Amino acid sequence: MSTIPATPNAATVPPVTEDPRPPRARRSRRLAGGANSRWFPYLLVFPLALILFGYVVQPMFATFAESVGVDGLANYTVFFTGDGVARSSLVTSLVISAASVVLCGIVGVAMAFLLKRFSFPGRRLIEAIILVPAALPPLIGAISFQLLYSETGILPRGLQHLFGTESPVLPFTGIAGVLVVHTFTMYPFFYLATSAALVGMDPSVEEAAYNLGAGRVRVWRTVLLPMLTPALVSASLLVFMTSLASYTAPLLFGVDQTMTMQIYINRTNGDLPMASTYASVLGVVSVLFLLGMRWYEGRRSYRSQSKGVASHRRELTNPFGRWLALLASLVGVVVLLAPVGTIALVAFSLDGSWTTEVVPSAYTMQNFVTIFTDPEAYRPIVNSLQISLIATVGCVVVGVLVAYAVRRLDFRGRGLLDVAVMLAWALPGTVVAINLISAFSTGNAFSLGQVLIGTFWIMPLAYFVRFLPLVFRSSSATLAQLDPSLEEAARNLGASWWRAFGTVTLRLMLPGVLAGALLAFVHGVGEFVASVLIYTSETAPISVEINNRMYSFEVGTAAAYGMLQIVLIFVVMVVSGRLESGPKASREAAQWTA
Amino acid sequence: MIDVTLESVSKRFARAGDTAAVDDVDIRIAAGEFFTLLGPSGCGKTTTLRMVAGFYFPTSGRIRFGDEDVTHRPPNKRDTGMVFQNYALFPHMTVAQNVAYGLKIRKVGRAESKRRVEEALGQVHLAGYGDRRIDQLSGGQQQRVALARALVIRPRTLLLDEPLSNLDAKLREETRVEIRRIQKESGTTAIYVTHDQAEAMAMSDRIAVMESGRVQQIGAPQEIYHRPANAFVARFIGRSNVLSLPVAAAGPQTVTVALPGGDQLTVAAPAEHGLAENGTALVSVRPEHIGLTSATEAGALSGRVSELEFTGMSTNLLVDVAGEPVQVTAIDVPAGLAVGDQVGLRLPGERMWVVRP
Repeated sequence: MSTIPATPNAATVPPVTEDPRPPRARRSRRLAGGANSRWFPYLLVFPLALILFGYVVQPMFATFAESVGVDGLANYTVFFTGDGVARSSLVTSLVISAASVVLCGIVGVAMAFLLKRFSFPGRRLIEAIILVPAALPPLIGAISFQLLYSETGILPRGLQHLFGTESPVLPFTGIAGVLVVHTFTMYPFFYLATSAALVGMDPSVEEAAYNLGAGRVRVWRTVLLPMLTPALVSASLLVFMTSLASYTAPLLFGVDQTMTMQIYINRTNGDLPMASTYASVLGVVSVLFLLGMRWYEGRRSYRSQSKGVASHRRELTNPFGRWLALLASLVGVVVLLAPVGTIALVAFSLDGSWTTEVVPSAYTMQNFVTIFTDPEAYRPIVNSLQISLIATVGCVVVGVLVAYAVRRLDFRGRGLLDVAVMLAWALPGTVVAINLISAFSTGNAFSLGQVLIGTFWIMPLAYFVRFLPLVFRSSSATLAQLDPSLEEAARNLGASWWRAFGTVTLRLMLPGVLAGALLAFVHGVGEFVASVLIYTSETAPISVEINNRMYSFEVGTAAAYGMLQIVLIFVVMVVSGRLESGPKASREAAQWTA
Repeated sequence: MIDVTLESVSKRFARAGDTAAVDDVDIRIAAGEFFTLLGPSGCGKTTTLRMVAGFYFPTSGRIRFGDEDVTHRPPNKRDTGMVFQNYALFPHMTVAQNVAYGLKIRKVGRAESKRRVEEALGQVHLAGYGDRRIDQLSGGQQQRVALARALVIRPRTLLLDEPLSNLDAKLREETRVEIRRIQKESGTTAIYVTHDQAEAMAMSDRIAVMESGRVQQIGAPQEIYHRPANAFVARFIGRSNVLSLPVAAAGPQTVTVALPGGDQLTVAAPAEHGLAENGTALVSVRPEHIGLTSATEAGALSGRVSELEFTGMSTNLLVDVAGEPVQVTAIDVPAGLAVGDQVGLRLPGERMWVVRP
């Protein structure tokens, strides 16, 4: 009976219970959003594209034009020939970045394993404050490390007093100082990526390896490390990019031969073409890293979907070990809180009273009185708040719409729009400032023919470019959690696109948008890197004022401004922490529409 | 209540190459009918429904509500009520606010809106739940809110995209009875998408079986079950043996095929079956229609039991007939029947049916 084709034994085949949409259908659900007509997305996207081109992309080209405008490519040849400043700056920057990656990697991964894999006294406390050093604004953070660990710092001088030596003990200077700042402020990239990977990892995978007979070392080598690789690679790229862009640490520890410092020095010496050359080179390197990161992130990650046994912590049981762990935790807490503590202490010191003592000798409330009452002194505070507020409003409007367009609409050039926003994120602040100087020191279509350099408006514009990605990313992340069918349901019930967007999508995005806006605002208040290149005496923001006060040895007043920034940051962190766990509705929306 | 027509509707997605997600679909749904699009994953049934809702526009073809051409009309101007697979309830609104959303857009007055919301909630047995938050409801209750929200606007058509797939088995059966009752009461034309053939059979006036973007057969549940148009439908709906047998003689509405034992059997065939003597016919026969008898009975195919599975209500057997497996479902099985035993199979000529490949 060879003519009977085999029918599958249906009795044993389970019935189909799931209907995963084919990928193409899922992808094209983007179209569903607001397409009244084919060109609707373009109507929304065109102004956004124009803004991103005008203020992010076009200034980059302007900088390149500036760098080759006078001497042609001659400015670039110095990077590849001879052993001048240009070449050594590039090499120093790259070396510092590479060293930062290694140091941050060791600290961050070790911290993640300790805190996520072990249970010991003091663990929760450390976990609570582990991100504190990294949360400091760049300038005040670097200053706090200078006050703590440099030749004139509290720790080396304290040790000098303790041991009665000739000179300060273990001072960090130059590149070593820069690396200390980088390690303390950037290890969270590794810590966060590794802990997320560890928490997201299905413990049964590890257990399976043990079950199959692998020893601890083999499990590490063949299972854990390979599964952590994606997290480690993206953290490395992030640290490298951030180190490359770092400007305050080299400034405070006097390492002149880095790319960012050379940009600043050339700019203040009036050699804009040379500053532009450095900015172009740094910009290109950063963009290459951005592209590398996007390429890498597109690849597979090993986050497991299964909901089996929760990952477990090993309890330290040895009593000696427990005491040691407690002690180490306490030291850890002191080290983590020392920067903030130092700024707080110094903020109450009398200006000019601290010379060779370990800690300041005379204390006063005057610094705080000064910054809030002296019109000259509170001017920077008003400036910072004003500039940040204007920039934040811009970031919210543009960031939310770009996030919506990129996530939900289908149009040609969607990828380009995405890249343009991320470009703003990848470019170092120094480069952003030079780009804007190149583009807007003469009239330009995007400034309506006005010269913006030397005016107030260049400041909010720079902040807008720098912090747009923050709002974009948090909006986009919230949007990713919202099922597109919510908006479709509204449309189906008769709502126009605008109404559906307003009453459903935007409303549900709100916590994410708000968190992003707060983040942008607080970054604005701490902004230094771009401001220092474009401020005028009327528009100087807080951080620039801190820097100026440091130069005139008014350390106490500088620290008082710093405390103001720090308090603001912690208030915002608490508020956005609330937002995240906050409005029930949106949290649950995320839960059951994911 | 309105009739819905799809005229040679095709949909190609820009990035999916040349393959059409929906390929030349022609469907006419009568006013008040409960019509189901049934098919496996990726067959184009959801895409078809979304074109009716206006979330996609067809690449070619027309969609009409009554005489109105709605092919390129935006979703908010179509007056359809859709129940989404994951319900898509607005998490920031209460139950009543969810149901009232469509009424608010239609500028229905406050009192009238309140009355209609209460009526709709009553209809789905959720009276008094109006002030609850969505997350305080169970999955089944959420499903009914979604239904109330779609019905309260008195849509011209009710569109249901696998609304039961997130419910557990028992609730699924209860809810499908409810949906059918409410649809009958309101008299709304309903288009229902599912991959579950039992659900489709139980609920529908008519079913369109889809595969690879094409409609394979449209018909009433009985028709699709007993007279499947092709081998795909025969196998997809219920379980079926599709035997390919040599044709001994071909009539206008029947085909006589030769069985392995040498006997001949005349089987009903669709008109224009296109078969001729010496060709091969595909004949569909349901496992439960095959009679189990002793191996020695005259006219029965003899075979060896190769698998035996007792399911309580019946027994599923796989019988090896000259090297080919045939599925048989029997209520009564001789006591002591075991794998390896010889049995006889009686093929029911009157219940067999020639299918197209």
